[in-house]
Amino acid sequence: MTMLHTVNKSPFERNTLASCLGHAKSGSAILLIEDGVFAAVKGTAHEDTVRGAVADHKVFVLGPDLLARGMRPEQVIEGISVVDYGGFVDLTEQHDKVQAWV
Amino acid sequence: MSEPWEEEGPGTIKKFMYVNRKAPYGTIYALESLEVVLIAAAFEQDVSMAFLDDGVYQLKKGQDTQGIGMKNFSPTYRALEGYDVEKLYVEAESLAERGLSEDDLLVPVEVMGREALAELMDEQDVILSF
Amino acid sequence: MPIEAGGKMYETDEEGYLADLNDWNPDLATAMAKADGADLDENHWEVINFLREYYEEYQIAPAVRVLTKAIGKKLGPDKGNSKYLYELFPYGPAKQACKYAGLPKPTGCV
Repeated sequence: MTMLHTVNKSPFERNTLASCLGHAKSGSAILLIEDGVFAAVKGTAHEDTVRGAVADHKVFVLGPDLLARGMRPEQVIEGISVVDYGGFVDLTEQHDKVQAWV
Repeated sequence: MSEPWEEEGPGTIKKFMYVNRKAPYGTIYALESLEVVLIAAAFEQDVSMAFLDDGVYQLKKGQDTQGIGMKNFSPTYRALEGYDVEKLYVEAESLAERGLSEDDLLVPVEVMGREALAELMDEQDVILSF
Repeated sequence: MPIEAGGKMYETDEEGYLADLNDWNPDLATAMAKADGADLDENHWEVINFLREYYEEYQIAPAVRVLTKAIGKKLGPDKGNSKYLYELFPYGPAKQACKYAGLPKPTGCV
């Protein structure tokens, strides 16, 4: 079974991302959306955690949510792929299940 | 005829601080706070806004909401000066944790440390939390 | 209640404010004024255009106090006072002028 995890909370405000990472199986996909996109940006206090996640999972971030919050794709940690809404749909199709961490 | 808030004269001006701790768009708090500040500005009180924790993201330059179909209300922070809301405080620690600096912000602000901000909060008559 | 201008119908809210700001055009402002029994001269247009620029920059319709001050700064004290603005827009400068400019009702305007 392949799993896509979505995380929509800021890592500074909730432990949603930490909890997701604690439960996500190695090799599963993680998509950061809404306020979850702040975790994808370089230079934050959560960068090491997220770099660790990138080594173990396929990590994606939703571009429109990133741009809305004034962040650019160039600021995203290496190894994280920026996807648009079409890419979001593709990801849900490519995986057997979606688990939303809210 | 005097308005109710004028009855006691200018001696009754109170210090109001709006404390903003949430990122924009993910929740409605940031926009609600901004609207309340704009409305309350008519009452000629001593108004300030503090931005800490994820609230500092509200002031991030370069927001572009076309892709998410929501209104980009960040330009409205630049209108605050015209409403005589000139005291915008941003917590230095919150910026640093997020890899942000004063240059990333779209309005002139006063960046201050957590301790100084705590002092400032202590001096307020009314704190409104968003 | 929709309003007609230049042979087209435009959607408005129950108070007559334009539903979609992007629909705005000068004919629409003229039609809205006519419905209120008013004719727009260049002084009206000066304020309407000022409001559109203000909205473009700040994404809000200004409160009347803020509008008055901002007009004074740009067009001088002869125009930046409530007497002048209320003579132009007797229903209230922020309310009436914002409506003709196609903006939403000003924040803080009751």
